[in-house]
Amino acid sequence: MEPIVWMLIDMLLAVALVALGWASLASKDSRRAVVLFIGFGLLLALVWVRLRAPDIALAEAAIGAGLTGALLFSALGDEAGASPAGEQATAPTSAPLWHGVLLTVLSMGLAIVLGIAFVYALGHADPARLADEVYVNLADSGVSNPVTGVLLNFRAYDTLLELAVMLAAVLGVLALGPARPGYPASGPVFLALTRWLVPLLIVTGGYLLWAGAHAPGGAFQAGALLAAAGVLLRLAGDPAGGLPRGVAFRGLLVAGVAAFLVVGLAVMLAGRPFLDYPVNWAGSLILAIETAATFGIAATLVTAFVCGRPEQRPEKHRLAANARVQPRVEANGGERS
Amino acid sequence: MTEYLAGALILAGLLFFIAGSIGLLRLPDMYSRLHALTKADNVGLGLLVAGLAIRAGDPLTAMKLVLVWVLVLGSSAVSAHLIAQRARHRERGAWNP
Amino acid sequence: MFTEQVIYGLAGIGLFSLGLRMVFSAGALLRRVLAINFAGAGLFLLLIAVAYQGTGAVPDPVPHALVLTGIVVAFSATALALALGRRLRELSDDR
Repeated sequence: MEPIVWMLIDMLLAVALVALGWASLASKDSRRAVVLFIGFGLLLALVWVRLRAPDIALAEAAIGAGLTGALLFSALGDEAGASPAGEQATAPTSAPLWHGVLLTVLSMGLAIVLGIAFVYALGHADPARLADEVYVNLADSGVSNPVTGVLLNFRAYDTLLELAVMLAAVLGVLALGPARPGYPASGPVFLALTRWLVPLLIVTGGYLLWAGAHAPGGAFQAGALLAAAGVLLRLAGDPAGGLPRGVAFRGLLVAGVAAFLVVGLAVMLAGRPFLDYPVNWAGSLILAIETAATFGIAATLVTAFVCGRPEQRPEKHRLAANARVQPRVEANGGERS
Repeated sequence: MTEYLAGALILAGLLFFIAGSIGLLRLPDMYSRLHALTKADNVGLGLLVAGLAIRAGDPLTAMKLVLVWVLVLGSSAVSAHLIAQRARHRERGAWNP
Repeated sequence: MFTEQVIYGLAGIGLFSLGLRMVFSAGALLRRVLAINFAGAGLFLLLIAVAYQGTGAVPDPVPHALVLTGIVVAFSATALALALGRRLRELSDDR
C-alpha cells in the first residue's frame, strides 16, 4: 500500500489517541473517564502493532487496558461510598483561575520544547546503538526473541529489580487494610462464560510463556492472562480470585524475585558474576525463571486488584455450591433447610 | 479472485460496524442501543474475520481468527446480558420468586 | 528518521504534557491517577517511536524491554495509589 495511505492512518490513530486522552481527562463523569481510558488503551495496543512492538501490544491490551481498567472500575466503587468528609480528604480545595491558566501555559511550553528537541534528536541520532550489541550477542543468550533476551538475560538485573518493585507495591497494598468486599455469586450466564474462559486463559498463558523464547510473548504477558483469569473468578463470586491462602499465597507473591535470586546466586557458586548464565544453560535457566515469574506476576496483579489479603473462603467449591443450592431453597420457601 | 472476495467481505464487515455505531449514537433507549451494538458488531466482526481468513494463507491462522470471533461473540453476549439485567433490576427491583 | 516516528512521538509528547497538566488540577484522586497513567502512556509512545527502525528493519529491543517493565510498574503504582486513597477516605470518615 502506498506510504501516503499509511501516513494518513498513522495521523488518524495519533489524533484519535490524543482526542481520547483529552475526552477522558476533561469529562465530568468518573465512570465515563475510566471507560474512555480503556478504549484509549486498546487503541494504543493497535499503535504498538503499527510500530512493530507486538510484545508491548500484548502487554498493553492485557495489563494497560484490561487490568488497569478493571482496577479503576473497582476503585470507582470506593468513591461512590465515600462521605463528604472522606471525599474532602482526597480532593484538593478548588484553586484560583490563574493556577489553571499558568499550568496550561507551562505544559504547552514544555510540549513545544520537547517536540523541537525530539525532532532535532531524531535527525541527528548517533548511528551506533545498543541494539547492535544485542543482535550480535543474541545467539548466545539462549532465546531468539530479542525483547526476551534483553529482559531475561542482558538486563536481567533490571527485571529482578522491577519484580521487587512490584512486590513492594503489593506489600504496601496488603499493609493498608483488608480487601474490598467480594461480589455475590453471579448468575448462570456469567458462570458459564467463566467456566469456559478460565481454562482457555490458563492454556493461552502457558502457550505465551513457552512461545516467549522465539515469538512475541513471555512471562509478563502470560502472567497478565493468568491474572485476568483470577479477576474473572473474583467477578464470578470467588472473593479470593483464585488465590490460595497462607504460605502458598506468600510463596506465590515472592516466586519471581526468589527464582531470580536463586539462579543468580547459583551461578555465583559456579564462579561466574551474579546473573551471568553459562551459554549452554541459558535457555533452560531463562525458562525456569520465567515460569516462576509468571506465577508471581499473576498473584501480584490479582492481589493488587483485590486490594488486600484475599478473604478466607468458608467452604470449598463455593462458586458451584452457591449457584446450585440457593435458587432451590428459595423456590421451595425454605422447606428443604 | 480471492483478493476481491476478501476485499468485499471486509468492506461488508465495515458497513455493519458503521451501522452499529450509528445505532449506538442515534437510538433512543439503552436496551435498543445494546441490541444494535452487539448484533451489528458481531456480524461485522464475523465478515471481517472471514475476509482476513481467506487472505491468511494457512488454515492454522484462519482457525485462530475464527477463535477470536467466537470469543468476542461469547463475551459480548454475556456483557450485554449483564448490562441489561442490571439496568432492569435497577428499574424494577431484583427477581424475587 | 521516519514519518511514523515523528507522528507518534509528537502524539506521545502531547499526551505527556496533557497528563502532566491535569495531574495538578483534576480534583478527585481517581482523576489524578488517570492523568498519571496518560502521561506514562505518552512517554511509552515516545520511547517506542524512537526505537522504530522502519518497516524493513527490526526495531531496537532495548526501549521495548524498558516500556514492558514500565507498563507493569505503572499498574502496580496505580494500585498502590488507589489503595492509599481508599485508606485515607476510611480514616477521614472515622473522624
